[in-house]
Amino acid sequence: MNMIFFLIGCSILLALVFLGAFFWAMRSGQNDDTYTPSVRMLFDDEVIGTTDKIGDEDHT
Amino acid sequence: MFTERLISTKQHCFHCGDDIQSQDYQLADKKFCCLGCQTVYEILTTNNLSNYYAYNDVPGQTQKGPKQNLDYLDVKEIISQLVDYQDESISIITLYVPAIHCSSCIWLLEHLHDLQPAIVKSRIDFIKKQVTITFNTQTTTLKEVVGLLGNIGYDPLISLQDVVKEKQSNTSERNLITKIAVAGFCFGNVMLLSFPDYFGLGSFEREYADFFGWLNLAFSIPVVLYSGTDYFVSAWTNLKAKRLNLDFPLALGIAVMFIRSVYEITLHTGAGFVDTLCGLVFFLLIGKWMQQRTFHHISFERDYRSYFPVAVTTLQKGTEKSVPLAELKIGDRILVRSMEIIPADAILLKGDAEIDFSFVTGEAEPIKKVLGEIVYAGGRQQSGAIEMEVLKPVSQSYLTQLWNNDAFLKPKNNIRTFSDTASKYFSIVLLLVAFGSAGFWSFTDPQRALASFTAVLIIACPCALALSSPFTLAAVISIFDKNGLYLKNNAVVEELARIDTFVFDKTGTITSPDAAALSFTGTISAAQKQLVSDLAVNSGHPLSRELTRHLNLKQKYNADQYTEKIGRGISGKVNGDDVKLGSSAFLGLPLNNSSPYSSIHVMINEVYLGCFNLSQQWRPGFKEVVLNLNNRADLHLLSGDRDHDKPALIPFFASTAKMHFEQSPQDKLDYILNLQNQGKKVLMFGDGLNDSGALKQSDLGIAVTDNINNFTPGCDAVLDGKSFQQIPRFIQQAKDAVRVIHISFGISLTYNVLGLSFAVQGLLSPLIAAILMPLSTITIISFTTLAVRAFARKNKLL
Repeated sequence: MNMIFFLIGCSILLALVFLGAFFWAMRSGQNDDTYTPSVRMLFDDEVIGTTDKIGDEDHT
Repeated sequence: MFTERLISTKQHCFHCGDDIQSQDYQLADKKFCCLGCQTVYEILTTNNLSNYYAYNDVPGQTQKGPKQNLDYLDVKEIISQLVDYQDESISIITLYVPAIHCSSCIWLLEHLHDLQPAIVKSRIDFIKKQVTITFNTQTTTLKEVVGLLGNIGYDPLISLQDVVKEKQSNTSERNLITKIAVAGFCFGNVMLLSFPDYFGLGSFEREYADFFGWLNLAFSIPVVLYSGTDYFVSAWTNLKAKRLNLDFPLALGIAVMFIRSVYEITLHTGAGFVDTLCGLVFFLLIGKWMQQRTFHHISFERDYRSYFPVAVTTLQKGTEKSVPLAELKIGDRILVRSMEIIPADAILLKGDAEIDFSFVTGEAEPIKKVLGEIVYAGGRQQSGAIEMEVLKPVSQSYLTQLWNNDAFLKPKNNIRTFSDTASKYFSIVLLLVAFGSAGFWSFTDPQRALASFTAVLIIACPCALALSSPFTLAAVISIFDKNGLYLKNNAVVEELARIDTFVFDKTGTITSPDAAALSFTGTISAAQKQLVSDLAVNSGHPLSRELTRHLNLKQKYNADQYTEKIGRGISGKVNGDDVKLGSSAFLGLPLNNSSPYSSIHVMINEVYLGCFNLSQQWRPGFKEVVLNLNNRADLHLLSGDRDHDKPALIPFFASTAKMHFEQSPQDKLDYILNLQNQGKKVLMFGDGLNDSGALKQSDLGIAVTDNINNFTPGCDAVLDGKSFQQIPRFIQQAKDAVRVIHISFGISLTYNVLGLSFAVQGLLSPLIAAILMPLSTITIISFTTLAVRAFARKNKLL
């Protein structure tokens, strides 16, 4: 049953990774504006004349 | 954003949706109200950006206002104060753009790089109405970027306040969320590790209990020492100030729980209360976050600095030069253009000064100044450019003195909330019960005395109590927000429920700024109206503008020999006829002072036809609001204007003693102070500018405005003019909210008493604590949210 120590250790480590990921997201400002991206993603990709622009950051 | 679906391109501008007054502006089959709108359309279509019009009908803003002078954006010191980041090749700047209002705005402003390749990236924050632009400084300048925004109809608002950037609110919110994340992380793990203990461990699993206990203890350390620090700090500072607030029993509870857990786990006497501890801190912090979460439609942090420009144009040896406002010295010659603010007290040297002092005095009509007269800061020049010599630096001018009045310096945190009052008694009773039970057991069972003492402090830790206010008020604020009343913070709701005296400002508050009724005394034919309209079109005077707006006629003729005597009248030859409009003195008529309205007299070919009367229109629903409020409160009126509206207002106010005209900002402030000294709770409705002192002094100041992006300092709430008729409902809702808080206090006290009955007997097990704490919390959260929504539905706010 010593396995349980190992498994608990693993689960806490994994949880710490997620906590770290959340901190990173916070620091990089991903939660600062939670409204605009919901509108931004609804814009169509431009088809006419701006093909060279496709793939730029506005399409993320 | 546009609720009217009837807009059609036939009568309305394709760009902004305004009524079309002239047929001059057409492009293909699209019609525009003005050259500005047409230009924006041209710029966008030639750059393949016509998608702008695909996402929304009439997404644009009217382009009729004058364009700003942007020369100051070439001054190095100013640039470096405005930008967020700058190096040799790129600059990043965040600009506040009030015109942002729909998805088309987001789309266009994020495609700025199609218009100006030097712009690397532009990002919108829709709620804050901000655009962050990264641009290449080698190929463009800040002035060009701001100019480009202006050309497409998104003039940023750059004021003195932007120079002093404050980013504290952002970091403090991030800090709180980090604390919540840590507490939540620990809470989750601790719950996982505590579950085996809840279900009872078999004898061979005992070895794990120790391990789980130590792990739990490890998780509780960051919760107590990091996430929970605010409570210790707050409790300590309040104790030092000899105050008892809810943070004291909370901090005590957290500390006792932690110490008892350490004690039990190290001595193997029990499982400790780590699970309750982590859950408590986690829920408390969420409550705190709810309390801090504000809606960013409006910034309440703007002060008078946002009214001042960043720079002024000075004349140095005949050449114009922009200097930062703070560097303006006595004796400097400044140039103030039309529609610009007079930045400092100064002497008029050149030009026709016609200055709108509505910000300072409340008087709506512009005041004329002659050469050599002193003009006080804060006025807005209306006609043409003027030259002035500075008499006093900005920091000592009349306007800043007005702002440095005591009412502004005094921070307004004297609102006493119900939870403040209740928590004082709660803390005292709690300590009495804790010591009482400890004392009782110390005679019979000293072991139990300590257990029951700590158990009382743990179970009575007022988590649910601390949450009931923030959750109720947050729910109310979000309902108000949807209905056009924007509150500065939570405490305002409770204050609103306590108000017993209402004071109204007149102009712009109970009168609607745009809707004036026009009538004509005398006889005038349609053809003559046409002549009048075509003449009045040439004048920028507010009355002329109102007149043309009401006549609503297309321009047929051009006026020749047009002359304007500022503030008195205009004359000219229209289609061969001599037309004169203006005051009776201007037309050489006998003076007639009895008219209660602003009158425009008309004379065509030296024949007097009569006069147009403009009277202010009350806001829709004004009558109902006042009659409703009259039943339960005391109403007063304070106006900076002359008393020509007095007869019309008498039916609404109980006595003429409560109506006061020609009040200066200081008079208004004193009047409010006087009411407060009589023990009244005063709510002031103002337009947020000239009565800001009174707004600040009153227990609750609400700025009524038709453009919520306008600068409204000193107020506790901003009311959208369209929601004016909802005022009685808002007040009812606030009263109901206070009732919800009282009930939820009752509920959480019941839980506390239940828990205490275990605790005083020294029988509190970690399991009971772990069940009671989240149960009471969840009851409170769901009760407050549902009850507030139910009341809102009853009050027709939802």
